[in-house]
Amino acid sequence: MAAPAPSTEIDHGWTPDQPLVRLVDVHKSYGTIPVLRGVSLDVRKGEVICIIGPSGSGKSTLIRCINALVPIDSGTIRVEGQEVNDPDLDKLALRRKVGMVFQQYNLFPHRTALQNVMMAPIHVLKQNRKEVEARARALLAKVRLQGKEDAYPGQLSGGQQQRVAIARSLAMRPDVMLFDEVTAALDPETVKEVLVTIRDLAEEGMTCILVTHEMGFARELADHIYFTDAGLIVEHGPPAEFFANPKDERTKAFLGQVL
Amino acid sequence: MTSDTSPAPASVLPVLLPFRASQPRRFAPLRLQFIHAVGFIGLALLVGGAAHAQSGADQLSALGVIWKWFPLLMSGFMFNIAISVLSMSLGTIAGLGLGLLAISLNRPLRRTAWGTTQFFRNAPWLVLLFFAMFMIPFQFTIFGTTYPLPDWVKAVIGFALPVMANVSEIVRGAVGSLPSGQWEAAESLAFSRRKTLWLIILPQCVKRMLPPWMNLYSLVTMATVQASIVGVTEMLTLTAQVHAAEGGRPDLLAPLYGFAMLCFFVYCYPIERFTLYLERRFHLHQ
Repeated sequence: MAAPAPSTEIDHGWTPDQPLVRLVDVHKSYGTIPVLRGVSLDVRKGEVICIIGPSGSGKSTLIRCINALVPIDSGTIRVEGQEVNDPDLDKLALRRKVGMVFQQYNLFPHRTALQNVMMAPIHVLKQNRKEVEARARALLAKVRLQGKEDAYPGQLSGGQQQRVAIARSLAMRPDVMLFDEVTAALDPETVKEVLVTIRDLAEEGMTCILVTHEMGFARELADHIYFTDAGLIVEHGPPAEFFANPKDERTKAFLGQVL
Repeated sequence: MTSDTSPAPASVLPVLLPFRASQPRRFAPLRLQFIHAVGFIGLALLVGGAAHAQSGADQLSALGVIWKWFPLLMSGFMFNIAISVLSMSLGTIAGLGLGLLAISLNRPLRRTAWGTTQFFRNAPWLVLLFFAMFMIPFQFTIFGTTYPLPDWVKAVIGFALPVMANVSEIVRGAVGSLPSGQWEAAESLAFSRRKTLWLIILPQCVKRMLPPWMNLYSLVTMATVQASIVGVTEMLTLTAQVHAAEGGRPDLLAPLYGFAMLCFFVYCYPIERFTLYLERRFHLHQ
C-alpha cells in the first residue's frame, strides 16, 4: 500500500540547481476571506528562509500549503518539481519529503518519545524496526534528549516536547523542514534550546522554512527573509539589508514594534 | 553548591499555596461504608418486618420466601446479566463499525451511518425490543438445517440495536474531541487516513470512550427487565412467578420486588463508582 515511489523524483525533471520549493502566485481564501493573495517565493536547497509578519497575515496558511495540509485555490506550488496542487498528487509521497513541526508540538500522547520518533518510519516507510530504533535513539541524542526515550510527552517540558517533534520529523529524512512558529508556545528559557536545535540543523545544510517571531534568530540564521502582510509578500531580502534598511512602510511599522 | 546562604526559613511564609486538585484515590472496588450497611440492613428489616407483621403464623416470612426461592431468582438474575453482556458485546462491535462509518470521508456512507445512528438512538428501547421480538423469525433454516431462535436471543438483538446507536455516537464524539493537531501531525508524517485512525486516533479515544461506554452498560443491565414484558424468563418474570406460587400474598410484593431491585443495585453500583473513578483519573492525567 505504501510502496516507495522513487519515480516521482525523476519524473518532473527537477535538478538540484533549481529551487527546491517554488511558489508562484498562490491564492487561498477561507470562504470569502482571502488569506493569500498572490504569494511567490523560491527556496533553494540548503537555504534557510524566515517568514515574518503580523498575526493573521497568512504565514501559517502559507507554510501549510507547501505539504498540502491546506489546499490552495490558484497558483502553483512545486516541491522538487512536483506539483503540489495537482489533483492526482500522491500526497503521501510529497509528505515523505517535507517535514513539519507545529507550534503545539502535536506529539502522540499515548506513545513514548522514542515511539513517537519511530512510528512513521516503521509504519509509513516500512523500514526495519531495529535500524529505525538505532536512528531514533541517535536523533533523540542529537536534539539533546538522551535518557528521555521512554518518557511520555506529558512528562516532558514544552521545549523537550518540541525537540522530540523535530526528531520525529527528521526520522523521515525529509528534504525540507517546515517550522510553524515552533517557539511561540514556549517560555523564554526553553525557546533557546529549540532554536539551538534548529540552528544545528541549518548548519548541517537542511533546507528550512520557518515562520517565526524570533527576530534575533531570523537575523542570525536566515539566508532570506520574507515579510508578509494581509496575504501578500510586502518585502523580502537578505537579513542584513532587510533589518537595517526596510523600504516598505508596513515593514518599518512592524519592525518598529517588535525590535 | 558551595554557597553558604542560610537555608530556607522553616516558618510559614504568608504565601498562597498553589491549588492542587486532590489526587484520585486508588480504586477501592466496593467502598461500602458503615452508613451503607445501616441503610441496607434498615431497608431489609423494614420491608421484612412490615411483611412479617401482616403474615399469619403458618406462613413463611418474606425473608423466608426470598431464601426459599433464592436459587431460582438468582438464576433469573444471571440471565439478565447474560443478556446485558451479550447485547452489549454485539452492540459494541456493531456500534464501532457504525461509528467509523459515521466519520468516513465518503458522504453517502457517512449520511447513512448518521441516519441509522439517529434512528436507533431516538427510538424507545421497548419499541425496538418489540420489533426484534415480532419481526425476527423464531427459527431459520440454513442448508436444510433448522436452527431455533429462542426468545432471549431475540431480546439480545433487540437490546443490541440501541446499544449500537449509542456506541456509534460515543465513537464519533470521542474522535471529534481529539485536538485537530493530532490529525495534522499524522498527515504531515505521511500516515494514510486508515493508519492515522488505527495507530493514532483510536488508541487515544479508548480512554475517552470507556466512561460513557460503562455508563451505557449500566443502563442496558437495568433495561433487561423489560424483556419480561415479551416473555423472557429473566428475573422479573421469575419474581412474578414466585409471587404467584406463594399464593399471591400482597405482603410479599414489596419484599420480592425490593429484592430484585437490590440485586440490580448491588451489581450496577460498583460499575457506577468505577466509571466515576475513571472519569476523574482521565480528567486529571490528560
